[in-house]
Amino acid sequence: MDLKLKIWRQADANAEGKFVTYPVHNISQDASFLEMLDVLNEELVTNGKEPVAFDHDCREGICGMCSLFINGRPHGPDDSVTTCQLHMRKFKDGETVVIEPWRAKPFPVIKDLKVDRSPFDEIIRSGGYVSVNTGGVPDANTIPINKENADLAMDAAACIGCGACVAACKNASAMLFVSAKVSQLALLPQGKVEAKRRVESMVAKMDDLGFGNCTNTYACEAECPKDISVANIARMNREFLCAKVT
Amino acid sequence: MTKLDSKIPEGPLAEKWTNFKAHQNLVNPANKRKIDIIVVGTGLAGGSAAASLSELGFNVKVFCIQDSPRRAHSIAAQGGINAAKNYPNDGDSVYRLFYDTVKGGDYRAREANVYRLAEVSNNIIDQCVAQGVPFAREYGGMLDNRSFGGALVSRTFYARGQTGQQLLLGAYGALSKEIKKGSVKMYTRREMMDVVLKDGKARGILVRNLVTGKLERYGAHAVLLASGGYGNVFFLSTNAMNSNASAAWKAYKRGAFFGHPSFVQIHPTCIPVHGNYQSKLTLMSESLRNDGRIWVPKKKEDAQKIQKGELSPVNIPEEDRDYYLERRYPAFGNLVPRDVASRAAKERCDEGYGVGNTGLAVYLDFKDAINRLGKSVIEARYGNLFQMYDKIVDENPYETPMMIYPAIHYTMGGIWVDYELQSTIPGLFVGGEANFSDHGANRLGASALMQGLSDGYFVLPYTMQNYLADQINVPHLDTDSPEFEKSEKYVQGNLDKLLAIKGSKTVDSFHRKVGLIMWDYVGMGRSKEGLEKAIEDLKSLRKDFWSNVNIPGDNTGMNVELEKAVRVSDFIELGELMARDALSRNESCGGHFREEYQTEEGEAMRDDENFMFVSAWEYKGVDEEPVLHKEPLNYENIEVKQRNYKTA
Repeated sequence: MDLKLKIWRQADANAEGKFVTYPVHNISQDASFLEMLDVLNEELVTNGKEPVAFDHDCREGICGMCSLFINGRPHGPDDSVTTCQLHMRKFKDGETVVIEPWRAKPFPVIKDLKVDRSPFDEIIRSGGYVSVNTGGVPDANTIPINKENADLAMDAAACIGCGACVAACKNASAMLFVSAKVSQLALLPQGKVEAKRRVESMVAKMDDLGFGNCTNTYACEAECPKDISVANIARMNREFLCAKVT
Repeated sequence: MTKLDSKIPEGPLAEKWTNFKAHQNLVNPANKRKIDIIVVGTGLAGGSAAASLSELGFNVKVFCIQDSPRRAHSIAAQGGINAAKNYPNDGDSVYRLFYDTVKGGDYRAREANVYRLAEVSNNIIDQCVAQGVPFAREYGGMLDNRSFGGALVSRTFYARGQTGQQLLLGAYGALSKEIKKGSVKMYTRREMMDVVLKDGKARGILVRNLVTGKLERYGAHAVLLASGGYGNVFFLSTNAMNSNASAAWKAYKRGAFFGHPSFVQIHPTCIPVHGNYQSKLTLMSESLRNDGRIWVPKKKEDAQKIQKGELSPVNIPEEDRDYYLERRYPAFGNLVPRDVASRAAKERCDEGYGVGNTGLAVYLDFKDAINRLGKSVIEARYGNLFQMYDKIVDENPYETPMMIYPAIHYTMGGIWVDYELQSTIPGLFVGGEANFSDHGANRLGASALMQGLSDGYFVLPYTMQNYLADQINVPHLDTDSPEFEKSEKYVQGNLDKLLAIKGSKTVDSFHRKVGLIMWDYVGMGRSKEGLEKAIEDLKSLRKDFWSNVNIPGDNTGMNVELEKAVRVSDFIELGELMARDALSRNESCGGHFREEYQTEEGEAMRDDENFMFVSAWEYKGVDEEPVLHKEPLNYENIEVKQRNYKTA
């Protein structure tokens, strides 16, 4: 298939960016979206031009590195997949495909389609863990955990930190990301000890970093490649309220 | 010749590690604050080691090439992590886990290291649960276990299909806690370009900032490399796109010996290559072989028609199908170990019986299982895998058989380390997949995660302290020192040379070429002639690369092609060492199969008399032949046997 790509090019964080149009030809329907970009880059390099910079790594949908905003949707037109697992058969021959980086103030562009998502790391650093050192912990089976809660915690822990939720949100809210970690640990006895401190600190950090408010549009859930549920946001709000009144 | 000292502690096997810890040197808390440690890589080994060392009070500087320490390739591991907990009461023990691992490695791993690995495996599970890792549970609230290949017990703990991700997030949490505390300083999007030595000891690293393009200098009292494996030397592998050998390779060039470079693992159940634009391969869990039957057409003309798309596999009658694993290995059938299944698939495809449009695929058929158990049972067991296959291949595996082909996915070889995980460069430690230890010539499923976390949480925090105890009065290495100047000049010179070539070929085209050479001659089947040809081909490819590669742009700011070029230039050199190692090992063992050394039935034939040693290679210069050093392997607690899968 042949496609017309409209790609955001930006030399670095301080440069002005613009869309540049590139035609690509003879793309296999079985290729992944990133392999299609590989073909384009190979052609650009062969002609001595700078390839398009984009983040990617595992190409199995688990590392959370890939981050493209394709035709107005984070990770493109397929549901429940990351960009690396999106295949060209989801596009039509002759189609124009618009490719942008995540657009959110807290995620500034580094180059072309790469953005800086380190604010997510900063949020986790503010309390997204159990404060336990290596060694001196009890035997694993001394803490029984009911299966239902263990499964719900696993559902929340499936977040890959890609940032699609922020990119999808008109307010660039990080509520789904933050609530996934708060939920996972709130559901487990190991996380209860510092639950109050955790939720207060993580929410404060999220606000400090300039992420917007949640207005319950659920765009984050719709675009999450790992189907993280907005029920986690409700759980976090409950945790937050409890923390504030106790 | 340098003498290889494995530093295995005295005493009975089961007491070695306890004895080591009881007598090792320690650093007092006030002095720990004066000591700096560099950790390269934030996967299971690097992340857990960095957090644990910081908890002890050391100053730790951590480096990764990704945008966040949470994205290291450990994240992609699916299946699970082994431990000798014996929760199911099915007869497991530390000894049994040790035994299975040594046997699975085809008797080419060090007994003492493997025993320690089995010993601390239980601590890992306790640690991860305390961190809030959401392992699968039974209704009673206890941890669930499942079985994996190469074992007669259920000892594998898992977190849905994402055990690696959850364990890594546990280590990332611990690391984040230490970063917040201030004793870990995190440097992301940085690539290590050189190890800096002073008086023969590792005292710092030179890194390239991948965003600004600038070279940066960092000093320390010790350096830990946990930079992963080198499967990407094959171009197509299940490794992440940015996984590379460069950090380990720079260490090798500075004097760290490379252990067992030719030992790589090829996983039989991957989605086959589908086009020349393909960038990487996807693994399908080996659990599929429990119910799927592997076959190719009996008639070559049928295979050819399938390759042309003129015939569908569902129209091939039963009597024209060759279930070759069941035919060759009646006792184990479709459940033979990974290396055996991979070689058998290659053999059929090489003979012209392969399927798919490339002819490089075999069928994994669930028709009989669906008839026997019903579609719903198969869906419950493998639904997510079937869905993943459908997304990638666009074929419904409930109706047409799946196509699979072997792919590279792990490297047992790596930097040679002693019992303390220290390389032949004092002060340079190596953990996780980057070192050679523990897995011998073949790794068992669910053991990679175990090794990474064992090294990081429970081994390196002790052994590095043992080394650092007499470094407390060593002053910080000034980054303006001549050692750093020299290193930067060397690295900068190399980068300038690469950028100046401005040839006509892309970096990826070279990566594909080195991958093809490696796959054809240093892959599943190896021969003297093939390996000699590979060495020559790689030499000319190296020349071609340094004359004709084209890297657009310059060294100011981000330059992805330059990043790739550095890695590919190292892959070409590493490939040559792998071929040499395979050529020098005149036997077949585990994943290393030399066609000259096989039984009449085509099985791997070990030569314990002449090859029961670790190959450790010393660098002598890019155009010089490396020198082979041998560390003898002694089996005092295990009876060495030949593996047999034809009869039970």
